[in-house]
Formats: sequence, C-alpha cells, structure tokens
Amino acid sequence: MSEWPLLTITTFLPLLGAAFIVTIRGEAQAVARNARNVAMATSLLSLLVSVLAWAEFDPASADFQLIDQAQWLPGFAINYKMGVDGISLFFVLLSTFLTPICILSSYEAVRVRVKEYMIAFLVLETMMVGMFCALDLVLFYIFFEGVLIPMFIIIGVWGGPRRVYAAFKFFLYTLLGSVLLLLALIAMYYDAHTTDIPTMLAHSFPVTMQPWLWLAFFASFAVKVPMWPVHTWLPDAHVEAPTAGSVILAGVLLKMGGYGFIRFSVPMFPVASHDFAPLIYTLSVVAVIYTSLVALVQEDMKKLIAYSSVAHMGFVTIGVFTVKVQGLEGALFQMLSHGVVSGALFLCVGVVYDRMHSRDIARYGGLVHRMPFYAFTFMVFTLASVGLPGTSGFVGEFLSLLGAFQANTWVALLAATGVILGAAYMLYLYRRVIFGKLEREDLKSILDLSPREIAVFAPMILVVFWLGIYPSSFLTPMHASVARLVANYHVALQAAQGLSVAAR
Amino acid sequence: MLPDLGPVVPELIVAVAAMGLLMVGVFGRANATRTLCGLAILVLFVALVFETGLTGTRAETFGGMFVVDGFAVYAKILVLIAAAASLAMSIGWLRREGAERFEFPVILLFATLGMLMMVSANNLISLYLSLELQSLSLYVLAAFQRDNSRSTEAGLKYFVLGSLASGMLLYGSSLVYGFAGTTAFDGLAHAFGNGIPLGATIGVIFVLTGLAFKVAAVPFHMWTPDVYEGAPTPVTALFAVGPKIAAFALLVRVMVGPFSALTDQWLQVVVFISAASMILGAFAAIAQSNIKRLMAYSSIGHVGYALIGLAVGDQTGVRGVLIYLAIYLFMTLGTWAAILAMRQKGRAVEGISDLAGLAKTHPGMALALAIFMFSMAGIPPMAGFWGKLYVFMAAIDKGMVTLAVIGVLTSVVGAYYYLRIVKVMYFDEPAEVLDHGGGDGLGFVMGVTALVILFFTLIPAPLVTQAGAAAATLFGG
Repeated sequence: MSEWPLLTITTFLPLLGAAFIVTIRGEAQAVARNARNVAMATSLLSLLVSVLAWAEFDPASADFQLIDQAQWLPGFAINYKMGVDGISLFFVLLSTFLTPICILSSYEAVRVRVKEYMIAFLVLETMMVGMFCALDLVLFYIFFEGVLIPMFIIIGVWGGPRRVYAAFKFFLYTLLGSVLLLLALIAMYYDAHTTDIPTMLAHSFPVTMQPWLWLAFFASFAVKVPMWPVHTWLPDAHVEAPTAGSVILAGVLLKMGGYGFIRFSVPMFPVASHDFAPLIYTLSVVAVIYTSLVALVQEDMKKLIAYSSVAHMGFVTIGVFTVKVQGLEGALFQMLSHGVVSGALFLCVGVVYDRMHSRDIARYGGLVHRMPFYAFTFMVFTLASVGLPGTSGFVGEFLSLLGAFQANTWVALLAATGVILGAAYMLYLYRRVIFGKLEREDLKSILDLSPREIAVFAPMILVVFWLGIYPSSFLTPMHASVARLVANYHVALQAAQGLSVAAR
Repeated sequence: MLPDLGPVVPELIVAVAAMGLLMVGVFGRANATRTLCGLAILVLFVALVFETGLTGTRAETFGGMFVVDGFAVYAKILVLIAAAASLAMSIGWLRREGAERFEFPVILLFATLGMLMMVSANNLISLYLSLELQSLSLYVLAAFQRDNSRSTEAGLKYFVLGSLASGMLLYGSSLVYGFAGTTAFDGLAHAFGNGIPLGATIGVIFVLTGLAFKVAAVPFHMWTPDVYEGAPTPVTALFAVGPKIAAFALLVRVMVGPFSALTDQWLQVVVFISAASMILGAFAAIAQSNIKRLMAYSSIGHVGYALIGLAVGDQTGVRGVLIYLAIYLFMTLGTWAAILAMRQKGRAVEGISDLAGLAKTHPGMALALAIFMFSMAGIPPMAGFWGKLYVFMAAIDKGMVTLAVIGVLTSVVGAYYYLRIVKVMYFDEPAEVLDHGGGDGLGFVMGVTALVILFFTLIPAPLVTQAGAAAATLFGG
C-alpha cells in the first residue's frame, strides 16, 4: 500500500466529493438526500484512507513519513509536499474522524440549502487535513487561510440570529492574525531560501530575527488557539454557528493554533520561544482561571462550553512552552481529547437545541427523567471534560501539568486551580440541565436519543474511553517526534547561550 | 526609407482595422454596430496572435521612438485581453441601452492602439502622443451615453482633470528635456548618469504626477469614483483594466529606465502614494453602497498594492507588479461581467443591496462573484493571494517591512467590504430578483475568469516564469 499517496488522497477526496455534489441536479428532496449520502460516503472513505495511513505509519521513527511531493514553483524551491510525523498524524485522524460525525449529526438539523452545506463541509475537511499534512510553508498557509472561507459561509448561512456579526468577527480576527504570519513566512523564505518545512526545521534562524518572527507567528496562532485576551471571537462564533460548525471549530480549528506552536514556533525559533515562555505562561494562566470563572456564570450552554474551550486550550499552550517531553505530549493529547470531548459536548447541546430550540440553561432541568440515554452520554463527556481518570481528559491535563511542574511550579499550581474550576462549572451545568424536577410542560414530551444520534455519539464515547484507558496507542507514535523536538530545542538553546557567553 | 515594421505589426493591424471599420460604419448599412463589434474583437484577437509571435529579443524602430521587449509583449497581451473582453461585454449592453452607435467599437480600437503604444513608448514624445490618443478616446467613451447627464458629467470631469494631468506631464517632460537635452529614454538614462540637476528632479516629479493620475493613485484619484460611477458600465470595466495596465507599464518603464538614476528622488514619492492608495482604497470603500463606486475604491487599493512592486524598484519588484496586474485583470474583468449582469426588469441596477440573496436566485453568478471577492481580498487559494504574495516578497526582500505591514493590514480592512458583498449574496434573503438570461457572453467571461482565479493555485509556475522573464528584459538581463 505504501506506494499510494495516502495523504494526498485523504486530503483531496472530500474535494472530489464536493465537486460531485455540485453536479447533482433534480428535485429538492432528492438533491438533499443524495448530497447527504455522497458527503457521508466521501468523508467515511477519507477516514478509512487516513486510518490506512495510520497503519502505514512507523511509530519508531521521528521523521516525516508517507511523503508525497510534486513540483509546484520549481524556480523558488516552493513545492507541493505532504507528509506526517508523530505530531501531525493524530490531527489528521481527528479531522477525518469528526467530519463524518458532523455530517451525520446534520442530517436532520440542517434542512435548508443542504447541498451547499455539504459542499462547504467537504471543502472544509480538505482544507483542515491539508493544513496538518502540508510540509511546505506556502502550502500550509494556503490551507490555513483557506479554512476561513467555508467556515465563514457555514456560520453566516446556517447560523443563529447574530450570525452575520459572528461570521465577520471570526473571519477578520483570524485574518488579521494570519497576514502577519504571511510576512514572517516571506522573511523566513529569504533567510532559508526554501519553504520546505523539514529543511526549515533544520535551519537555524538568526537570533536577532527570531523574536519578530515568533511574534508574527504568535499573532496568528494565539488568535486561533485562542489565547486570552484575543479569544473574544470564539464565544460569538460558537454560539451563532450551527451545531456541526461548532464541533469543527472547537474540535479542529482551535487545534490549528496549538499545532502551529508545536510545528513552527518552538522548533524554528527556540531562543525566542524560551524568552517568551513567561508571556505564554502568564496569558495561559489568566486564560485558565479567568475564562473558567466566566464560564461559571454563563446562562447559555454553548457559551459555557466555548469558554471552557479557552480554558482547556490554556493547558495546551502551557504544555507546549514547557518544552518538556511530558508537557508536549500532554499538550498534544489534551488537544486530541478536547477535540473529541468539546465536539461531543456541542453535539449534546445540539440534541436538546434541535428539540426545544433554546440553549438557555434555565430552560431545561430534570431531563434525566425523560432522556436516560442522553443523560448518560452527557455525563460521560462532562466527566471527560472535567478530567476524570479513565477518560481522555485526565491524561492530557495530567501530563501538561507534569510538564509545567518541571518548568515552573507556580504555573503548575495556578493552572491546577483551573481543573477544580472546570469541575465546578461542568458539574454545575450538568446538574442544572439533567437533574432536578421536570417541571416545564413542553419538556414532559421530549424524546430521548434517536438511533441516528446514538450512532453519532457511540464512536465518540468509544474514543474517549480508548484515549483514557489505553493512551499508549496514541502516545507511542508521538514519542519519537516529540523527543527529537525537545532534544533539538535544548541543543539550539545551548548553542545560542554559548554564543552570547562567548560574545561577552 | 521605411522604418522596420516588424515590431509594430500588432499596432498596425489595430490602426488600419480601426480606420477601415470607421469607413464601414460611415458608408455602410444603417446599423452595423454588432457586426463591427464582432469584427473589432476579431481584430484584437489577430493582434494578440501576432503579439505572442513577437516574444523574443528587444527591438527598436521609428528612430528609437518605439521599443518592443519581453516586458512590452507581456503588458500588451494583458491590454489586448482587457480590450477584447470589455468589448465583448459591451455588445449586449449597447443593444439594451439603445446606444448602438458604430463609433463605439471604433473608438475603443483607437483607445487600445493608444494603450499598446504607451507600453512601447521609448521617448517622451511618443509617450505623450500615445497617452493622449488613449485618453482622448476614453473621454469620448466615458460620455458615450450622450443623453444621460451622469455619463456626460463623467466624460467632462474625466476630460478636465485628465487634461490637467497631461499638462503636468508635459511640463515635467519639458523640464526634463531642458536639463537633459534629449527626450529619448536611452539618452535620458545616460544624461542623468553623472549628476542630477534640481530642475530635472522637479521634472520627474511632474511626470510621475501625471502618470499617477492615469493609474488613479492617491492623491490623484479624485476623479475615479465619479467617472467609474457615471461612465457606461462596460466602459468602466475597460477603465478598470486596460488603461490602468497600460499606464502602469508605462510608469514602470519610465521610472526604472530613463529615470533610474533618480531612484532616490522618486522612490519616496512612490512609497507615499502606494501607502496612501492602499489606506484610502481600504477605508473609503467601506461606506459605499453603489457597487461601481465600491469597485472604484477597490481599484485604488489594488493600485496601491501593485505600486509596492514599483517602490521596490528592482527586478523582483517589477515581477511582482506584472504578476499582480495579470491576476488583477482576470478578477476585475469577472467582477465587471457580474456587475453588467445585474439587471432588474430590464433596467441596470448598481446597488450592493440589489445582490441580496443572489446565492438562491443565481447560484452560478453568486459563486463566481464570491470567488472574485475572496480573490480581491487576497484569501488563498484564490489567485489574488499570489499577486499579493509576490509584491510582499519583493518588499521584504528589499527590507521595506513597514510598507508590507501597511499592505497586509489594509488588506484585512479591505477584506471587510469584499466580505460584505459575499454576505449580501449568501446570508441575506432575496428581495427583488435579478433578471435571468440575456447574458450575451457575460456568463462566459464570468465563468472563464472564475475558473482561472480558482485554479491558478494549481499551476502558478507559468505566469510567474513569464512575468519573471518579462521583468528581466527591463533590466537588461
């Protein structure tokens, strides 16, 4: 199988599906049904190919694997190059795993302009997967920004009442961050004379340039993560986006920032990363504590989960900039876990929203009496979000905090309070929605999960427990790449410090 | 003795054909406008074919007044495509507006001839003559709807302000001539090689001012929104591409050729007008509700981006300008085709709000227009991204980081109003539906340009290589 360009197929298969959906003509009902089925089939096929890629992946090697390349701009050393290592592999899988779930969850929730909706999602999948596979900085940038177009359309067309505001805010905020990345990219090109990522990882950028490049990358990724104080687009985008849009936003789009830090900022600008680590720690700790407190007082379910995302991503950024093996693996694992768990939580909100068309927490209560399956599902993801041992959340938080403890005990202490606050707001949410008396008249006839919804949640529950009970299947492939990243980082740092000592 | 006519074959074809068509128009049947338009397009295509055949070495003729090199060929191909496409888009418009007069294609051919000559001008005299041939034709075209007060106002305004700019250009040229003793570009480059008199600097600034007016760069842009709005829409479509590309090519040739010794003097001016154009183009467009005015401000912004390449002033910069202009040509043509297709109940409409819900009523047109808008905003994977990438690359290579930062920040502001059009088309409910059909090739232009913009990312190499080669010829490489 290895002669097949698996990553290219994974990336562009959804685009092919989208092109096929464009050609579907006929009666509105039939078009919608066919569009759904084609989208489902292509995204499942893409998932299958990405799993094959996982099977082909050699966990012992720290190198980029499954490389596909082609000439693109030969005169400029800018080429089409795709490949994965232990860091990016699982993000590809996360994207291909969440997309079919999103499509399945939208079967009934989306009834208008189904064809366009499915096209937007498939294009989005291509952009996401391509971004994680890209081994050329220009190619990366194209996918990185290309994501904005389908997401803008998804929020703006199928979103809630304030969708236009949210879509614009999302687009312009993230665009503002990424244009600075573009300038940094060009500056790096002139220094390294190529945009090939593996070559750039080996290249050492001048120490005087590093802070500026780092800040430009930071502007882009901090908005994506999002870090406090540039997180304000996220609650708006989440609340207004359709359920599946929120799932992708929380599940994959936020990870683009964390992935960017790990792939570019830390290995390419080690000196600047070291110097700016306190800034990251401060912002992350503020994010963890402040947004957790904000989450406690939310009246809107989606907004609460959106703020919890900011808090959880705070652990990720702390973990990344400890540049310890545990911290980085913790950050990666936390991103995977958060991708599945927060996605699932948004789907849980979507389930009741589809029935009652309200996301007000006060509107619900006592759902356990009518919806036992739902209460169970919601509980699993709530506990996973809290970080109960045995679920995916625990491993990531534990490892990130372990890394943080090695680097800076105060950061670890303050971040750990976030775990407690996280338990507080999640359990408080769960109590208000699920427990209590079933008093409202219209809730008394609410229906439990349909078979389709069970099919949506079952694989997610499975993955949450798999991640929590046997994390090795994910941590082992990461290890070689992460270990090399950490080793190179310390070598580069020592070399730079040696230079500065010599200069004295 | 006859001068070498080899390099001027395309121009000769256009000139002779224009005069021939004029005769047909005057002495021919009652109304042959459509036939004449078709013939004119054919002529432009023939000229295009001959032009592509010229790709090769540098050649001068008419006593060094006229030059053809890779740079000229590249720019002329763009100009010919622009002229042919805007003429194709006007056929239906002329019929519907009852303005089928045979002068239209003829004057358009003369304007194109002027543009082609501008690109090849190698002497201040031929520069001025070609510029005036182009401008005078365009003044007439702007006022072509002679019963419409807005159109005549646009024509008059364009004429008065354009004459002022021509006057400045002429005054600057005379100063330059006075201090250098020659009007030939080669001679000028040689004359300023050792020592630059102050008067020559003033002259160059005047020349630059006149040309900045022609490309509508801030602060010489005031005519643009009014003329764009008032002029007949297909003429505006031509204004947005043809003259702009020709004047840009001329500007680049003059600045990096004869006046290269004065780079330090003109560079600061170009940097300023580039930054000012980007900023004004981004902010002034936000409040517009008329799509033609919006596109006018948008074009001012695009001129600002392309000027970054000139501000860099080296081969990389000129390559950036050429790539930018080629991509700009396609996305602008497509956008204007869409604007021309905006008709309600047989009447042309120009409000952005008239596009409401277009995604439901005309999905194809909405998709194409959305592609153009994202491309203009510079969002990858659309082609507009590459145009911006290459000018920013040139700027950063030269260390002009401030200009590049202004560029990217204004592109974010600009994204706001481009997105607003996408929002109106996709997020809003349809109010009054636009007419279907009656495209007359508009759909074709839209479709082709949208595909070019969308799929450019897959194979950017040919254009980049061509532009690089064209830029190299200007620097004797």
